[in-house]
Amino acid sequence: MGIYNLFNMLGNLREKLAKTRLIFKQKFDELLLSGKPRQETLEELAETLILSDVGMAIRQKTKKAESSAGIEAALKEELIRILSRFPSRLSLNAAPGVLMMVGVNGGGKTTSLAKLTHRFQEEGKRVLLVAADTFRAAAQEQLAVWGKRLNAPIIKGQYGADPASVVFDAVQHFKSRQLDYMLVDTAGRIHTNTNLMNELEKIKRVIAREIEGAPQEILLVLDAGIGQNAIIQAREFLKFSGITGIFLTKLDGTAKGGAVISIADELGLPIKLIGTGERETDLLDFSAEQFVDALFA
Amino acid sequence: MFDQLSDRLQKVMKFLRGEGKVTEKNMAEALKMIRLALLEADVNYKVVKDFEQKIKVKALNQDVLDSLTPAQQVIKIVRDELTEILGGSDKPLTFSSAPPSIFMLVGLQGSGKTTTCGKLAKWALGRGKNPLLVSFDMKRAAAQDQLRMIAGNLKLPFYEMTSSQMAAPEDALSELMKFTRNRGYDLLLVDTAGRLHVDEELMDELRLVKNILNPVEVIYVGDSMTGQDAVKSAQAFAEKIGLTSVILTKLDGDARGGAALSIVSVTGMPIKFVGVGEKFDKLDVFYPDRMASRILGLGDILTLIEKAEQEADQEEAEELARKIRKQEFTLEDFKKQLGHLKKMGSLSGVLSHLPGTGPFKNLDKV
Repeated sequence: MGIYNLFNMLGNLREKLAKTRLIFKQKFDELLLSGKPRQETLEELAETLILSDVGMAIRQKTKKAESSAGIEAALKEELIRILSRFPSRLSLNAAPGVLMMVGVNGGGKTTSLAKLTHRFQEEGKRVLLVAADTFRAAAQEQLAVWGKRLNAPIIKGQYGADPASVVFDAVQHFKSRQLDYMLVDTAGRIHTNTNLMNELEKIKRVIAREIEGAPQEILLVLDAGIGQNAIIQAREFLKFSGITGIFLTKLDGTAKGGAVISIADELGLPIKLIGTGERETDLLDFSAEQFVDALFA
Repeated sequence: MFDQLSDRLQKVMKFLRGEGKVTEKNMAEALKMIRLALLEADVNYKVVKDFEQKIKVKALNQDVLDSLTPAQQVIKIVRDELTEILGGSDKPLTFSSAPPSIFMLVGLQGSGKTTTCGKLAKWALGRGKNPLLVSFDMKRAAAQDQLRMIAGNLKLPFYEMTSSQMAAPEDALSELMKFTRNRGYDLLLVDTAGRLHVDEELMDELRLVKNILNPVEVIYVGDSMTGQDAVKSAQAFAEKIGLTSVILTKLDGDARGGAALSIVSVTGMPIKFVGVGEKFDKLDVFYPDRMASRILGLGDILTLIEKAEQEADQEEAEELARKIRKQEFTLEDFKKQLGHLKKMGSLSGVLSHLPGTGPFKNLDKV
């Protein structure tokens, strides 16, 4: 990516995060300029972090800072460190590559998958879409509409069919056509439903058996508005389907997505991509520096 | 649902019981525990502060301190306040005196509006209503198909709305109302496009639809997994559109449910139902007082009894009792009984309604 694009992206991210930033920034300025004693400053800082859904464990870390003025810098540094411990680039770089989208209902899996399809196509890759959600009404049609819009082939299944069998068929098609990437959309599931979680494991097993080293990426889709349940979800999805990273969606509202910081911290999972709108182009790579900078700038 | 919060608050209750006398010091300790429990459960910061303040004032009242069982009194205060936060008493959805009643569902993307539309239709059917489903979501891919399929599954009529029709919303909507009246539907369930509350253009469009249709219920569908932002979006919808009710979705997971407590308290809109699964019958009436009792581990026998009544056939039960008395109880009957028991859900689910069973809640995982 050229330097121009990088700047462009940075500007774009800043713009998208503007609403988030304003609120955060205002709070911090009030805090830092107030000249209050340390304890009070810390308490207010805690409030700001709570309002951003940052978990309790993370909040405790910020207490290391010595002076009031040093708090913002220390906090930024700590957040960037936590968020950049693991590489956030997609490790989908050679064909045949398989990527799976998983997550709870309504997170934005299908839309996010469409965004990735668009990006890969821009890179000149031939993408196959797989609608493995055979449960929710019109889930198949939803991905099909995107397939048509983006001119990408799609493998669909019957409602009520075993999603693993849909994926098996898709793999055969994928291999025989020698396409580059296969992107699998799965049904939303609440992580406490063991049967449905086992189903994910099965889908993954089918892919792994048919293509060596695949699926290279399994992304957990999380709504930026999510609260403290995020870490529990990530833990469960990690246990069953071995997720490789987070796709943070709906960051164009006022929600801050602060809950993902605990995920990076506790589970060592990188946030790889962020969604900032409903169009296929509303996709950005995650960068810890930009994310944190955009919050404070 | 509310498990985590429940665990934490039950610890506070235990602590208070153990203390016997309520002093300023142990009350401060208890309040701190309550505060942390609520914050960790995603309850909005301001709501927590208010809650804490109210309990403090009431608990340190001389009447409480002088009573024989001050700790019990405090627990009662906490329960009453929690009930208040959850909306006080239960308030059912209202139907218009002159049909058709119009229910309009609004909310953020992915909160579960369309599925909830199906659930409400099923609930209304059970009450002898004759619902018609329509979706104004022209934006999300296959949104129309989704509601059409749901209507098909429930064998209910679906009104097709196209984006070209919506170019002249006044005409399209009056056409829709004419159709509804002429066909004798007494309930119109309106699904709308999901939108972020900062999207002014879409909020305007929603307001327009609302003003023309004049629905008796404008229901905000909120995801129970939402964090601190829950309040902001609910508030924005309440201010810009005007709401009458809230339905909370995805409470079948282990979300801490703090969003629920905050939304009611901030918007003043009561929660009417909670969604507890993907199937259309997974819609529970929300009772603030029962929920408060459950969160505090004080049990919710009423809901358990209602559930048992719903699952069991009265006649069959009497027949069974007769058989047992006359010693005609067979293996076949036993099997039937086991079947009924199974319909009540998991053992831990049943236990969660009984008081003092907190320690046993993971029984089925042993």
